Formats: sequence, C-alpha cells, structure tokens
Amino acid sequence: MARALINVPKTAKRGQIIEIKTLISHIMETGFRRDNVGKLIPRNIITDLVCTYNGEEIFRAGLYPAIAANPFIAFFTVATESGTISFKWTGDNGFDETASAKIVVE
Amino acid sequence: MSGYASQLRLPACAAIAMGFIAATVLPARAEIPFAKQRSGYADLGHDTKAMQDDDSINPATLWVLDGEALWNTKAGASNRACSDCHGSATNSMKGIAARYPAYDAARKGPVDLEQRINICRTEHQKAEPFKFESKDMLAMTAYVGRQSRGMPIEESHDAPLKPFIEAGRKLFFERQGQINLSCAQCHDDNWGKHLASSLIPQGHPTGYPLYRLEWQSLGSLQRRLRNCMIGMRAEPFAYGAPEQVNLELFLKWRARGLRVETPAVRP
Repeated sequence: MARALINVPKTAKRGQIIEIKTLISHIMETGFRRDNVGKLIPRNIITDLVCTYNGEEIFRAGLYPAIAANPFIAFFTVATESGTISFKWTGDNGFDETASAKIVVE
Repeated sequence: MSGYASQLRLPACAAIAMGFIAATVLPARAEIPFAKQRSGYADLGHDTKAMQDDDSINPATLWVLDGEALWNTKAGASNRACSDCHGSATNSMKGIAARYPAYDAARKGPVDLEQRINICRTEHQKAEPFKFESKDMLAMTAYVGRQSRGMPIEESHDAPLKPFIEAGRKLFFERQGQINLSCAQCHDDNWGKHLASSLIPQGHPTGYPLYRLEWQSLGSLQRRLRNCMIGMRAEPFAYGAPEQVNLELFLKWRARGLRVETPAVRP
C-alpha cells in the first residue's frame, strides 16, 4: 500500500519563499542485502521524484540505494501564482505514485 | 579453565541466597523515583524530536493513515468495520492505549492492545486475526494508540491484575541469558550512561508502536523486548507469549504518569 504525504502551504503571498515537504511509503531495498538462505534480495527503490508547479518542472531528485526507507524530501520554492503543485515518484518494478496540492497565491 | 568450571559448580544454596538478596533488596533500591522519571524523548536529538512532533514528517503517520482506512473497512463473516460498533476512533479510542494491557475477565489475565484487536477481529468481526508485526497490525495499533497521544499512562487498580504485574516485575529483575543480565541492571541502575555509543534509556514504553530509525519501520513493544533479549543473549519470548504481556504490563505500570507519545520516533 504505497502512500504519499505532502505538505504545501494552502496560501502564500506572491514572491514568498515556501517550504514543501514530501514523505512516501517505500521499503527502499538496496539490492545489496541477502536473505536468510544467502540469496541476493533484488533492488527495489524509488529512483526519481519530479515536482511540477502548474505544469512547469521546479524540482527533481534522483534517489539511490543508500537512501533510507520511507524517503522524506523537503525543498523550497517561490510562490509565483495560484495553481497546482504536482509530485511524481517513479522507481523499480514500475513503481509510480502521484500526488498534488492546490496553492492560492495572493 | 578449572576456575571457570568451579564457578559453574558454585553451591546451589549460595546462588539461591544471592537470589533472595537480589529479590528483596534490588526493587526497593533501584526503582526510579517519580521525580526522575524520564521518557526516551528527552534524550533525542533535535532532528529526531522534530520528526516525532510533526505529523507531516513523522514516517509513522503513513501507518496511522493506513490504520484509519482499516478502521473503516468492513471485514470478516459479520461484514462489520471497527467503526460500525465503535464509531469514530477519535472519541471511542481516546485513552485506550494509556491503560493497556488491561484485565480480561473471560481470559482471566491481561491482554495487550494487539491481543484486544485480534479478539475483536475473531469474535466480533469473525475475521482472521492480524499477524504480530504485520503491516495491518502495526497500522491498527498506531491508529488506536494515536488517539491517546498526550494523555498520561494510567495506573491500573484492577485487583486481579496485581499478580500479573508482579510476574512482570519478577521478569524485569531476573537475570537471564548468557551474559547474565537483568532488565533492571541497565534500565533502573544505569540509565543515562552509555552502552558503547548508545545512551541507556529508562526503558519506558511511552510511544509504541514506534518508528525506529534503525528498523526503518514501525515496530511493537514486543519487537523491542525481543531485541533487548537477543542483546542479552537470552532466548527471546515468542510474540504473544504470556511473559511478554506480563512484562508489558509491568513496564506500563512503571511508566505510569508519563505521557503517551504514540507513534513515537526513536533512533
């Protein structure tokens, strides 16, 4: 059951710097561990997070095996206009999760 | 070599006498006074505290939300959801985690929150019980526990619980495992000091199930207790064993008055 939590301010002043926080449920299996019979556990990680603001890409992150389970990623952006901020996580085994939040800029 | 062997053959009467001294002296001497009671939260770093305090960055929130969904999902042959009987968990489950494990008259003993949830599932929902440490069990206990956040852990005055608290206390002070340690030697006598680089906490179960960074997951108090026992090189009690519940019960009694932090974050 993948689930994402995003925290975007509901309102902001034009030009204000806002913090965006994301948290997603994922095991982030490194691909380096072995199970109890010595077999390699295949890698299963999120590889990318892309964030768009009214369709325009404003943030992108590449994720690698050293990142802990349930990755938390926070970043800052400038509130330019009212609209939708969308998030898309993709990863191994066709992992694909999206979320979005509305923001009103005055 | 011979010295080691003779140590092992220490007269039984001496060992028993030492046991008696420990049983009569230790609890009185070692118990932590109320004024010095301290949740593990107090020793967290700034970042970990922030993680626990803000639901939007506390990874355990992922389980709490799953638990909320489960609460409203119909299950079993009776086709009922938790909410069909209990209504909104925000009201009906408030304070529950602060007083569990509690006495169950039908079973003539204490049951912990996990067992209570499974009793509800098997008897009322006619559904399969959740497995210990399964995602669903952790989600449900986290969701139910969350409703008591901030409330003080209650001391039970149920007379029939007394012998079980005593049994838990006995386990707490009993030396066990290959390195012959008791829980009390670390968590009563040496809290605040270090074991290798790790701070020894008082061992109060204020925030279970909690997100442990080392586990990269949520885990129950029983998982934590098994962890400790493996560290003591003792054979850990099985999940759901009566000893586990007695120990949980004693630990909750010992932590009475501290606030529930479920779901907490710990290193």
